[in-house]
Amino acid sequence: MRRRFSISDYLPVPAARILTVAIILVVWEITGRMADPLFFAPPSRCLTAAAEIFGDPKLQWALWLTLVELVTGFALSVVFGVLIGTAIGARATSYRSFFPIVMFLYAIPQVTVLPLFVLYFGPGAASKIAFGFSHGIFPVIITVVGALRGLDQTLLRSAYSMGASRMQVFRRITLPFIVPALFTGMRLGMTATLLGVLIGELYVSSGGIGMFTRLYTDSLRPDRLFALTAVLALMAIVINETLRRAETNVSHWRNA
Amino acid sequence: MSTIAASPGPMLAGSSGEEPARDNSRRIQLAFLIGFLLVWWLVTALALINPFFLPSPQAVARVFFRLVTTGEILPDLKITTGQIAVSFPIALLSGLAVGYAVSSSRYSVEVFEPMLAGLFAIPLIIFYPLNVLILGIGPESKIAHGAIYGFFPIVLSAIQGFGSVDRAYLRSAHSLGASRFQVLRRVLLPAALPSIMAGVRMGFVLTFVATIGSETIASLGGLGHRIVWYAESLETDKMFAYIVFIIIIAVVSNAVLSWIERRSDWR
Repeated sequence: MRRRFSISDYLPVPAARILTVAIILVVWEITGRMADPLFFAPPSRCLTAAAEIFGDPKLQWALWLTLVELVTGFALSVVFGVLIGTAIGARATSYRSFFPIVMFLYAIPQVTVLPLFVLYFGPGAASKIAFGFSHGIFPVIITVVGALRGLDQTLLRSAYSMGASRMQVFRRITLPFIVPALFTGMRLGMTATLLGVLIGELYVSSGGIGMFTRLYTDSLRPDRLFALTAVLALMAIVINETLRRAETNVSHWRNA
Repeated sequence: MSTIAASPGPMLAGSSGEEPARDNSRRIQLAFLIGFLLVWWLVTALALINPFFLPSPQAVARVFFRLVTTGEILPDLKITTGQIAVSFPIALLSGLAVGYAVSSSRYSVEVFEPMLAGLFAIPLIIFYPLNVLILGIGPESKIAHGAIYGFFPIVLSAIQGFGSVDRAYLRSAHSLGASRFQVLRRVLLPAALPSIMAGVRMGFVLTFVATIGSETIASLGGLGHRIVWYAESLETDKMFAYIVFIIIIAVVSNAVLSWIERRSDWR
C-alpha cells in the first residue's frame, strides 16, 4: 500500500490527547473573551473564580455534604443490592419469578418520580440519599444476579459430591466467582448513585451544591458556575477511575 | 463493550427478557403490576396514608383519563416532544458523523474513544445549570441537554460498530473502485447497523429521560415541568397522572425501538 504522511508517526497517543484538550481550552479562552461576561467565561476567569469560591467555608460544607450523601446512598445500594441480588440469583425459580420485576422497575424513568422523593423525604439530604440509592441499587442487583446465573453448575456439583458443606461452597466457589462482577456492579452503581444524588441536588437543595449552582446561575456568575461544574466533573472522573482500576485488578486476580 | 455497559439508565431493560421464557416474564410483570395496584388501592382505601402524599389509584385513573380526553395534556406534551424532535436528530447525526470520523483510523480510535467514554462516565446532568445560564430557561437549554445525553451512546456505538467491520470488506470494496461514500452507504452502514442500533436506542432513551429531567430542574413548560408544578401545589393526583403518562410513553417507545433493533440485526 502507498505510504502516506501520518500524524500517528510523530504524535504518541497521550500527546495527541493533551493536544486535543489544549486546542479546546484555547478555543474556549478566545470565544470566552469575546462573549458576554454575564453568560460565558473563559478558563482564565474560571480559575480565579475557583480560587474565590473554594475558600468559602459554606461551599466546602456543601461539597462535603454531597459527598456524604453519595457515600451513604452508595453503601446502601451495595448492601441491599448484594442481598437482593443473591436472593434472586441463587435459585433458578427465584430468578424466574423475581428478576422480571427488577427489570420492569429498572425500565421506569426514575427522574419522573423525583418530586415524590422530595415530597416524602423533604428537601434535605435524605431525599438525595434515597434518590441516589434508588439509582444505584439496580446495577448492583443486576450484575450480582448475572454472575450467579453464570456460575458453572458442574463446579458446584463436583464440590458437593466431594463432600463440601454449603458454607465451604459459598466461601470457596460462589464468592470468588461473583467478586469481579460485584466490582463491575459497584462501579456502575457508583456512577448511578452519583447521578441520582446530583439530579436530586439540582432539583431542590437546602445547603448542598445544588443551592450554589442555582445561586451562581441566578446571580449571572458563569465563571463561578464553570469552576464548580469542573470540580464536580473532576470528582466524578476520579471516583470512576479509582473504581475502574480496582475492578481491573480484581479481574486480573481471577484470570491469573 | 465495557464503555457501553458503563452508561447509566434503563437500557438493559429491553434486551434481557429472553433467557427466562419471554411470555413467562411478561406474565410475572403483569401479575406484579396488578399486585402493586391492589396494595396501592388497599393502602389508600384503609386511609393508612395521607391522600396528599398518596392519592388513590381510582383518583389518579380519573384524572388521567380526563387529562387525555380533554386534551389538557397536549400543550405540555407538544413542548416535550418538540424539544426531543430537535435534540434527538442532532444527537443522531452528530453521533454518527463523529463516530465515522473517529473510526477512520486505529490511531484516532485510540486517541478519542477513551476520551469520549471518560466524558460519558461523568453524570452529564452537572452541565445542565451551565446550559440554563448560557441558553436561557426556555426550550433551547433542554434541546442542548437532551442532545448531549443522546450523543454519547450513539457515538460510542458508532465507533465500535464502524471499527469492527471486517477490513477485508473495505479493501475489496475500494479495490473494486467504490467511492468513500459508496463504501459508507453500501458496506459500513449495513455491516455496523446492529451495534449502532443498540446505541441509537440507548441514545433515544437518554435524550427522553434527560429532557424530562431538565424540565423537572428548571423550565417554563413540558411534562416534567407539570409534574413539579403539581407536586408543589400538592395536587398529587394530577402529578401521579402525569407520571403514569410519561412511564407509558417511555415503555412504548422503548418497545418500539427494541423491535426495530431486533429487526435490524440480520446476524
